[in-house]
Amino acid sequence: MFGSAKSGNSQPRWLFPFVIVVIFLLSVLPLGRLAATGISSAFRSGASDLITDPALWQSVYYTVTTSFFGMLAAIVLGGGFALLLTLFDLRCKTLIGFLFMLPTMIPPQVTALAWIGMTGPSSALLKAIGLAPPLGSPQPLYSAGGIALLYGVQHAPLVYLSLRAGLLALPRDAVEAARLSGASSWRVLKDIILPLSLPGFTAGAAIAFVSGVGNFGIPAILGIPASIYTLPTLIYSKFAAFGPNTFADVSLLSGLIAILAVIGLAIEERVLRGRDYRVIGLSGQVAVFSLGPWRILAELVLWLTLLIILVMPMLALIASSLAPAYGVPLSLKTVTFHAYEEIIYRQAITRIAFTNSIGLSLATAFGLLLVSVLIGYFIVRSRSRIAPVLSAIAEIPYALPGVVTAVAFILVFAAPLPVLGFSIYGTIWIILIAYFSHFLAVSLKPVVSAFRQIDPSLEEAARLSGAGFGRRMWDIVVPLVGPAAGASVILVFLIACNELTVSALLWSAGTQTLGVVIYNLDDSGSFNLASALSVLVVVMVIVMMLILELMAKRLPKGVIPWRS
Amino acid sequence: MAQLTLNSLYKTYEGGARAAVSDVSISVRDGGFLALLGPSGCGKTTVLRMIAGFEHPSDGTIQLGDRTLAGAGKMVPPEHRNMAMVFQSYALWPHMSVADNVGYPLKVRGVSGEARRRKVMEALSTVRLEPYADRRPADLSGGQRQRVALARCLVTEPAVVLLDEPLANLDRHLRQEMEETFREFHARSGATMIYVTHDQAEAMALATDVAVMSEGRLLQLATPEEIYARPEGALVGGLIGQGSILQVPLLTGEQRLFDWHALRHLLTDRRPGHSSDMLVRPQDVEIVEGGMSATVASVLFEGERYALKLALADGQLLRAFSRQPVKVGDVLGIVIRSGWRL
Repeated sequence: MFGSAKSGNSQPRWLFPFVIVVIFLLSVLPLGRLAATGISSAFRSGASDLITDPALWQSVYYTVTTSFFGMLAAIVLGGGFALLLTLFDLRCKTLIGFLFMLPTMIPPQVTALAWIGMTGPSSALLKAIGLAPPLGSPQPLYSAGGIALLYGVQHAPLVYLSLRAGLLALPRDAVEAARLSGASSWRVLKDIILPLSLPGFTAGAAIAFVSGVGNFGIPAILGIPASIYTLPTLIYSKFAAFGPNTFADVSLLSGLIAILAVIGLAIEERVLRGRDYRVIGLSGQVAVFSLGPWRILAELVLWLTLLIILVMPMLALIASSLAPAYGVPLSLKTVTFHAYEEIIYRQAITRIAFTNSIGLSLATAFGLLLVSVLIGYFIVRSRSRIAPVLSAIAEIPYALPGVVTAVAFILVFAAPLPVLGFSIYGTIWIILIAYFSHFLAVSLKPVVSAFRQIDPSLEEAARLSGAGFGRRMWDIVVPLVGPAAGASVILVFLIACNELTVSALLWSAGTQTLGVVIYNLDDSGSFNLASALSVLVVVMVIVMMLILELMAKRLPKGVIPWRS
Repeated sequence: MAQLTLNSLYKTYEGGARAAVSDVSISVRDGGFLALLGPSGCGKTTVLRMIAGFEHPSDGTIQLGDRTLAGAGKMVPPEHRNMAMVFQSYALWPHMSVADNVGYPLKVRGVSGEARRRKVMEALSTVRLEPYADRRPADLSGGQRQRVALARCLVTEPAVVLLDEPLANLDRHLRQEMEETFREFHARSGATMIYVTHDQAEAMALATDVAVMSEGRLLQLATPEEIYARPEGALVGGLIGQGSILQVPLLTGEQRLFDWHALRHLLTDRRPGHSSDMLVRPQDVEIVEGGMSATVASVLFEGERYALKLALADGQLLRAFSRQPVKVGDVLGIVIRSGWRL
């Protein structure tokens, strides 16, 4: 099955072409096609209609402002948690950290539903405790401010992680040296720690901004009812009102999103490159300051924040799912599991969505594992200069917002396939291949870091023992990267199963995913069914995060996104 | 089994300023034990990896008997070379038991069941590790891991056994024990062995032939005795054994070995100009009344004797031994029994 290499190189001859073909299909082809269509339609006569359309500039304005204010909220929340949890002697740090990371793994449309359930006149939770505003008063979250606030909650963990990674890399001896030089705790914080952690701050802020630009679930649920369109939801509405110019228009819009994302990522890349001084000194053990009598206050603030951004929205979501209908107050008399019965036993659509999402995610997770093991092996073992380039290209689709990936694959597959003569547009296969493209980087990362930890001599010893490529992979390499491969499968499954942005543009009747169904249920007014389905999704997310948490000790550093 | 021949091997890396290995020709007789000796970065490990097949020579050939392993457009991959290697990191597979590690080459060759178990136990008994067959490598000490790696080499009766600085990670006590194990292993298996090291004492103690390398080139290939007595060039002279290299006026003749009569004349000749290198071993420096005077520059007590550094009249330093205690600053009389022109 495996051809053997003739050279001193450990790779079989088919590996390089395989890697090239896969990366071409999953990254170069769709993004190249998108760029080509975007550029050609920019010079087309009809392009001026789009460019002069005030709706476009309105949505650019909303995209930038909501992402920017969302970024500010994320900086305040994520920065505050990172500084307090990393630098001070608080209790239950691991638990607080885990809870704080939850919002980033909960699908954005679920977050949006939960917050709607928490606020506004129809909130089952507020009604249950008699605090609901009078009927007819507006839902405050259906606004640019609401979108920005939820971006902040959803993306605060990204700032938290980036800043925390920087803080953990601060060597304790640098802090101790400053203390011995006579600096007080506060001076050390101000003069040493904050300046050194600035790159982590900036990088986290840039990622938060890019994530806001690409977010679909939150503006779709909060923005569309108030006629506030961001670029991703504008693309969605263009597809809903399909016309002759749709492909040209959406390729231009996706290009705009991609440009905004690239600007943000370039800033991140730039500031992180300047972070080289962190290697000086013995790193790994961070200095912990004592807060003294302030500790209890800090802990109170953190738990209160968690209550507001996590516990209450989730309670509201549960309350909405148990209420008999939207707007009916929840009490012990009215509580009903009707919504759960409905989605589990009666609604064919939720069953289809579960089957689709779980099937797609399993296929993506295991299919990508095979691809990642081979590509990862090539990237780590190859000495050629093309390896880092390929690795960077493989990561682009995940770095760009999911809408961009989805539009790119629509452009590639809208026409019938050459030779075969049929089109996969509208089938589940286009979602699958878009998932492969979009989540390749998620799958690749744990595998590559595990490969880098393997001493090459372990494989060389197997070669001298007479084992060919397939044999070595199976007997030596795969068992050694086993835990990371497991993490890769669970992570891809977790993210793919909850994803809405890619499938929102690619689904059609019969190929709905969980994300799409939650959105559609809410859109058609079945708020309690959407909430019940969301509760199940959140439970699934928490269970999988806990499994990964239990595996954490056996995994290379940096594999689990919410641990630093 | 057959003779291993390296024929003017070159290895250049893309972007490398100079060749990592340049024009190295070595012939190791069947059953020989060759030590590749040199400072780190001299290309010795690259030579070893080319023999194993992990690196492709840029030029030159490698032959085992009449079989060409590398060169002339041919390249036998490592898995088909019938060689075995002890790596500096031992390269034991952490997910397999000791017995599985040792038996892996047999498993790959399709040997199974009782035959494999018997051979594995035989190999483990040679390195005295039978009781550890079911342990994991992580549960073993450094020396035990080393012996597992050796047993893995033993199990298939390879034509050539390669050892890449196998003692570098062990403490001094274990090194001596392992040197003994290697010697035994070589005597018993009769395999051709290639041993890479930067430690000249290790090389001299183990090998039947020593190849000294520096900056990618082979400087000298000879038996340990020969290389100690007749080193070629200042680099080899400085690397092998203790000794001091003295600058003497330029010598052009055929003569290499000089006695005290000639040396005394050379050392007092103060003409300026080009000079030759003269290697003087400390055991050839005798302290006698009425010899040439030299000042003690430093004294180190080594237990059985004192190791001295003596400053000659012109300031050149000379190593010597003394059985009597001396003090820094003492002036001694010395006679140099022999010197070797490098």
